[in-house]
Amino acid sequence: MGSSRSSLRRVPDGQQLLQETGFSAAVLLRLHQRFQFLDKDSRGHLRSEDLEAELSENPMGDRIVGAFFQPGQETVDFPSFVRVLAHFRPTEKNRTRGGEQPEPANSRNRKLKFAFQLYDRDRDGKISRTELLQVLREMLGLQVTEEQLQSIAERAIQEADLDRDHAICFDEFRKSLEKVNIDHKMSVRFLE
Amino acid sequence: MELFFNPFDNLLCILLGISFTVWFTLLLVFIIVPAIFGVSFGIRRLYMKTLLKIFEWATLRIERGAKEKNHHLYKPYSNAIIAREPTSLEEEIKEIRRSGSNKDLDSVSEFEMSDIFYFARRGVESIMDDEVTKRFSAEELESWNLLTRSNNNFHYISLRLTVLWWLGLLIRYGILLPLRVTLAFTGVSLLVFLTSLIGLLQNGRMKNVLSEKVHLMCYRICVRALTAIITYHDSENKPKNGGICVANHTSPIDVIILASDGCYAMVGQIHGGLMGVIQRSMVKACPHIWFERSEVKDRHLVAKRLSNHVQDKSKLPILIFPEGTCINNTSVMMFKKGSFDIGATVYPVAIKYDPRFGDAFWNSSKFGMVSYLLRMMSSWAIVCSVWYLPPMSREEGEDAVQFANRVKSAIARKGGLVDLLWDGGLKREKVKDTFKEEQQKLYSKMLVGTQEDRSRS
Repeated sequence: MGSSRSSLRRVPDGQQLLQETGFSAAVLLRLHQRFQFLDKDSRGHLRSEDLEAELSENPMGDRIVGAFFQPGQETVDFPSFVRVLAHFRPTEKNRTRGGEQPEPANSRNRKLKFAFQLYDRDRDGKISRTELLQVLREMLGLQVTEEQLQSIAERAIQEADLDRDHAICFDEFRKSLEKVNIDHKMSVRFLE
Repeated sequence: MELFFNPFDNLLCILLGISFTVWFTLLLVFIIVPAIFGVSFGIRRLYMKTLLKIFEWATLRIERGAKEKNHHLYKPYSNAIIAREPTSLEEEIKEIRRSGSNKDLDSVSEFEMSDIFYFARRGVESIMDDEVTKRFSAEELESWNLLTRSNNNFHYISLRLTVLWWLGLLIRYGILLPLRVTLAFTGVSLLVFLTSLIGLLQNGRMKNVLSEKVHLMCYRICVRALTAIITYHDSENKPKNGGICVANHTSPIDVIILASDGCYAMVGQIHGGLMGVIQRSMVKACPHIWFERSEVKDRHLVAKRLSNHVQDKSKLPILIFPEGTCINNTSVMMFKKGSFDIGATVYPVAIKYDPRFGDAFWNSSKFGMVSYLLRMMSSWAIVCSVWYLPPMSREEGEDAVQFANRVKSAIARKGGLVDLLWDGGLKREKVKDTFKEEQQKLYSKMLVGTQEDRSRS
């Protein structure tokens, strides 16, 4: 009987989440506590307002909150919550996996996909000029003029767009970030 | 048959009689008389030292037990889920770009697609861990103090611990709680009765002296009713007449703690019920400042009454808690400026509770007043330290807010609490938009600033 395992029973899909996400039991429990804290009315799921309160400092707060919700859904339950957070686990180096195993959430590819989806809000597989402008406007607020915004967006698309369709698809996105140390920049240090 | 029962009955009566007498004598000698004269036998301190030794032993047992059974000991008392890097927006984005390109960084500092990583990571960190809301949940402890509220199935780890925990439960609820409730009852009824009596006297020195003595005595009884072990530091700085005493707020007990060492004029809203009865009788003996519910909203009226009271040097110093709400005693939040606007001398006081013995923080969204008091009375003890800081006045060119912040820092520093800029009202409201704007400003300076340089060259 473990003091951690008995409390893990209170966590929905606890064992399965442990394997899927790779979080340790201690971290998963803390995340559950945090989830329960954010769930002020104890509904068992979170709405966007519950998360927005924590992100009012972040210029891209709304967009990040949106990443937690599946298209069309208005609530997120604990397993979905944790699956999104799993993208931010540091990548494991020495890992061999068979072809059948699903790609872990914190692989380089999955992290890139997560970032891509932050840009590509309508999920059509391409970052259009409009979408890029929206992101830039969020990041810069009222600090830059419309012309400056347009020129920044134009330059960014020109650099990354290889097939000249005035949009950035996932492969082009990945290629432009080839040399970036994504693991370091898209990972959060979890305390054991 | 009758002959058999009678002596037995008599014996029972005699025993009961003796035990009651002994009980009340003990109560009188050890608690009420010292309360009247303000002395202490030191029993509570001895109690505190014994408890500490037991807690240390319990923690060692838990850790040893966990190691033996090879558990991953789930420590719910670690500080955070994640470690946040204290780097700035500029540093981080430069680093992301440095790793992504071989170009010389100073000449090309424009928008990169990877910049979004910074915001995404920061956002997710905020979701998982928030500095402000941590202050509003009870402070987390490193060891277990044998209270159910702070354990996480710890008492199942060893038989000895389980026995100890049960024993503790018995002692706390069976012996300590009834004793404390009786004492509290005595203290409160004495307060109401005696102050009403004093109210019948003519206004004058005699009345003030008596009122002081009565107030002190009753508060001291209440202090013993909570088994509060208080250490007062720097008593030479105690608040004087015509001043305002300002302290950080953790629980309603703060009032009892301060008022048992000095006489204050309380400020507050008049309640109904028992609280109202107490308030009304207190004001008969000496002038306190009670507001009707409707008057509380009127800031000018409040300020006027406070300044009138303060200008009369014969009246007692006012006691105010400017945070406006109970904080969990690890930090001090923003002080509301009202009391600093009046122009009187401010006497700051720092109160710090020792969390090892019982959590004094009143989470008003979780517990009502009665259940809070019951929790307090069934804890082991309430141990705290009170520091009287030297008086402060508003300086030339300082406005009320700056003065309030200065006082707040002094209190935070003395009590070993974190001095936070956050508003205590944040508990219920959202953060202001200015922080978001700051981030946008910083980022835009990086991008647009360099564009201007480029167009110049």
